Amino acid sequence: MAKYILQRVLYMIFTLFIVVSATFFLMKLIPGTPFSSAAKLSHEQLQIMIDKYGLNDPIPVQYFHYIVNMLKGDLGVSFQFNNTPVSQLISDRIGPSAILGAQSIIIGAIIGIALGVIGALKQNTWIDYTSTFIAVLGKSIPNFVFAGLLQYYVAVKLEWFPVMFWKGPSYTVLPTIALAMFTISITARFMRTEMVEVLGSDYITLAKAKGASFFEISVKHALRNALIPVITVLGPLAVSLMTGSLVIERIFGIPGLGEQFVKSISVNDYPVIMGTSILFAALFVVVILVVDILYGIIDPRIRISGGGSK
Amino acid sequence: MTNKDTVISKDMFQPAQMDLLKSEKIAKPSLNFWQDAWLRVRKNKAAVVSLFVTILLVVMALLGPILTPYKYDKQNTAHANLPPRIQGLENIHWLPFDGTVTTRFGKELHPYETKQIKEYYWFGTDILGRDQFARVWKGTQVSLLIAFFAALIDMLIGVTYGAISGYVGGKVDSIMQRIVEVLVGIPNLVVVVLMILVLKPGIIPIILALSITGWTSMARVVRAQVLKFKNQEFVLAAKTLGASNGSIIFKHMIPNMMGIIIINTMFSIPNAIFFEAFLSFIGLGLQEPNASLGTLINDGFKSMLAFPSQMVIPAVIISIIMIAFNLIADGLRDALDPKMRD
Amino acid sequence: MNKVLEVKDLNISFHTFAGEVKAIRGVNFDLYKGETLAIVGESGSGKSVTTKSIMRLLPEGNSEIKSGQILFDGKDLTKLKDKQMQKIRGHDISMIFQDPMTSLNPTMKIGNQIMEPLVKHQNLSRHTARERAIELLKLVGIAKPEIRVDQYPHQFSGGMRQRVVIAIALACNPKVLIADEPTTALDVTIQAQILELMKDLQKKIDTSIIFITHDLGVVANVADRVAVMYGGKIVEIGTAEEIFYNPQHPYTWGLISSMPDIDTDDEELFSIPGTPPDLLDPPKGDAFAPRNPYVMKIDLEQEPPFFKVSDTHYAATWLLHPDAPKVEPPEAVKRRQNQYDGTLGAASESTALNKGKFPGKKEGK
Repeated sequence: MAKYILQRVLYMIFTLFIVVSATFFLMKLIPGTPFSSAAKLSHEQLQIMIDKYGLNDPIPVQYFHYIVNMLKGDLGVSFQFNNTPVSQLISDRIGPSAILGAQSIIIGAIIGIALGVIGALKQNTWIDYTSTFIAVLGKSIPNFVFAGLLQYYVAVKLEWFPVMFWKGPSYTVLPTIALAMFTISITARFMRTEMVEVLGSDYITLAKAKGASFFEISVKHALRNALIPVITVLGPLAVSLMTGSLVIERIFGIPGLGEQFVKSISVNDYPVIMGTSILFAALFVVVILVVDILYGIIDPRIRISGGGSK
Repeated sequence: MTNKDTVISKDMFQPAQMDLLKSEKIAKPSLNFWQDAWLRVRKNKAAVVSLFVTILLVVMALLGPILTPYKYDKQNTAHANLPPRIQGLENIHWLPFDGTVTTRFGKELHPYETKQIKEYYWFGTDILGRDQFARVWKGTQVSLLIAFFAALIDMLIGVTYGAISGYVGGKVDSIMQRIVEVLVGIPNLVVVVLMILVLKPGIIPIILALSITGWTSMARVVRAQVLKFKNQEFVLAAKTLGASNGSIIFKHMIPNMMGIIIINTMFSIPNAIFFEAFLSFIGLGLQEPNASLGTLINDGFKSMLAFPSQMVIPAVIISIIMIAFNLIADGLRDALDPKMRD
Repeated sequence: MNKVLEVKDLNISFHTFAGEVKAIRGVNFDLYKGETLAIVGESGSGKSVTTKSIMRLLPEGNSEIKSGQILFDGKDLTKLKDKQMQKIRGHDISMIFQDPMTSLNPTMKIGNQIMEPLVKHQNLSRHTARERAIELLKLVGIAKPEIRVDQYPHQFSGGMRQRVVIAIALACNPKVLIADEPTTALDVTIQAQILELMKDLQKKIDTSIIFITHDLGVVANVADRVAVMYGGKIVEIGTAEEIFYNPQHPYTWGLISSMPDIDTDDEELFSIPGTPPDLLDPPKGDAFAPRNPYVMKIDLEQEPPFFKVSDTHYAATWLLHPDAPKVEPPEAVKRRQNQYDGTLGAASESTALNKGKFPGKKEGK
């Protein structure tokens, strides 16, 4: 078990290294200087800026500086915001994104699991069809489309919730719903499949033969077993929230990481683009690792290797 | 149950013929794999309906831009921001095609009359006066094209990579799998965004960027199947008969995997459509005057409060496409996935 | 002797896309206290469906008990609601299944799985239930039960898992134990151990066992009485001796002949040609007719009723009708009949049938 974790951590570091390097080299491939869209600078001023940021040094030297700085936690400064360190920009903005993300995954997972379980227990009834229908819709309609529609019909027309910005709990409702839809759909779908499979297994029949009630069978026996594989799906889902946050934050005007990433792309603010990319990659890798480990702990078949078995 | 009433005559006890043919007769005609799958798909109403809808949309995507007299990139600022108006439907006020637009404060405007425009724009116009009907269908064309090619490339790369990795096995397989693991560890988002930044947005770069990350799931699935088949007897039999490695992979294994391959490809199409729309929405999509559903939604979003139809129409179309493809893929999976067989 | 369970004229159908499958077409039998009744038959003959219906474990959606009664403890089990059946399952009637590898909940400790019926039916405290669980593990022959009780199923071998399943089934000392091919998935040596264990426990707890199997060797080992099923009906029923040494139904003849024994020379191995009938459209007369080498015209027209061979032995074949011609059964059967004629009525020693005789009364219809 420990060996497994160690191996995964090493992979993680290696992957991050690749991402960091790839990001760096890709940025260097983009023609033109990052200042072309900033204020009109005279030729000398441009040269001064280029020197200051070391953009004339040979690539390997730049690369070296880059890695060293990163390990120190220095991700460079933003071109867009006049020398604000990227790391500060990130830490300023990570709050709203984190809240939004956490709310979405928790609500998404709970509702998704509930829908999936209900669908499996009441297979092929209208309840099942309805929850499957919701799941298909949630999976198919792109989240920004859904967000836009939510915003227009619920916020503007019905005025139930504020249209944009991030000034209090009620501002988080619509964005969370929009972001959670995909999670709900995938989780519900997956949960239903797993639950149906578990409900068909021999040990459930045996539980019934022991005189267990419907509730005992569904929750005590079936749910626990069906829930375990669902964890594996929550990892990638949590990560998909990252992608979702880019558009949701933009639509609802939320001052988070995603919104900033989009802005920095449109103005070619390389340090911010790179820094955010690396952060996303790191989050991604860590979440997957955590889910993998969690799975190993929760499933007793993996946690406890068989002793004295055939 | 016997009828005790019937008298049983002695000659009933004469020996009869043991009819083995009757006991061995097969009650139903035998179907091959594809016929069986097709029967199952047909039973799935949602999938069948989606199939028709998809075909309809594809036809419209091809014909749409031709059906209206306006070109998709022709600007006419005098006719900017008009709501949809269709001849014949304009007097049915609960349908959105009557040429009026209601502001968010409830006031109803009649821009066609106000600006004295006699032409009909079936889906309205955008901020530069371009006909939305033509743009929407052109955009659908482009979105479908991108998605289709991206899915195709995904499939080709994924199948080849997975098949070789699984078939060759050993060290080569290990290395190839390590590469995949690292690739999978990088978020798609980051890769795609970076690639588009470098290559500059355009149809081909977008297709490339989408393909680069999408093939990994297909590769994994194909590899798992190949590993499973490698040990089965039909492969052994083919080898004994002298088949070459290539023909074993392509003539024997892959046809047996077609179900899984098709399912995966079908699912990657809506993924590609989504991603392309997503890229457009964050500004990395196609540039003017090219249109894709994503760019249309993006443009429409900017005017959403005042002119909702500009966003709603492409949003509805893209949603329908996604739902339809997902339902078809679901139906195919139910029909082709051996685990689901009764 | 007293009857523990009576199945009367049971008819069960499944509603499928293709139509109504008449899986059980009029089954009658009784189960007496302390005996082991074996139900033998091919796949599809209806053995599992019959026993599952006793426990009311058939899938609700597409199965239907069309008629018949299952009398147990003064109640008709076919008429009980599920909540009432829950009290009986695991407590008065228990069941064990074929595949020990999938019968246990993989994420639940063994101890908890044994304790479940104890806590539910006997209202024991968790502490007492745990002690009893450890006792039960010892009873079924699992070493170090105090440690094992906290382990998970994947830490046990197949044979040991089956022992655990038996422990769970016998936890509340049920009156009836239904064993659905419990040894089919096990190695032969383990099989023997499990059978010994079951016989041993049966004596201790005095429970009646319905034992489903397709293996005649197992039947010889454990059964007091045997019911042979074909095409959804019982075609022959009698004591184990009578069935092995004096079978009367051509299907039973086929089964006995297919079983090679010490006296088999190098003849070709016998097998019954053909396949079981399609119960979507059950044949008009005797279901076995198409595969019956001794078929007569009447077999194609009318289903045979039960004919009495002895107080305990009945067979549903027209060959026993007074007007039927005398036929020679196959070689293997004739050999056995010769052995039998010398030992009619007395307890034989060559096979493990040292149990008393039960006056089974059969109602033929």
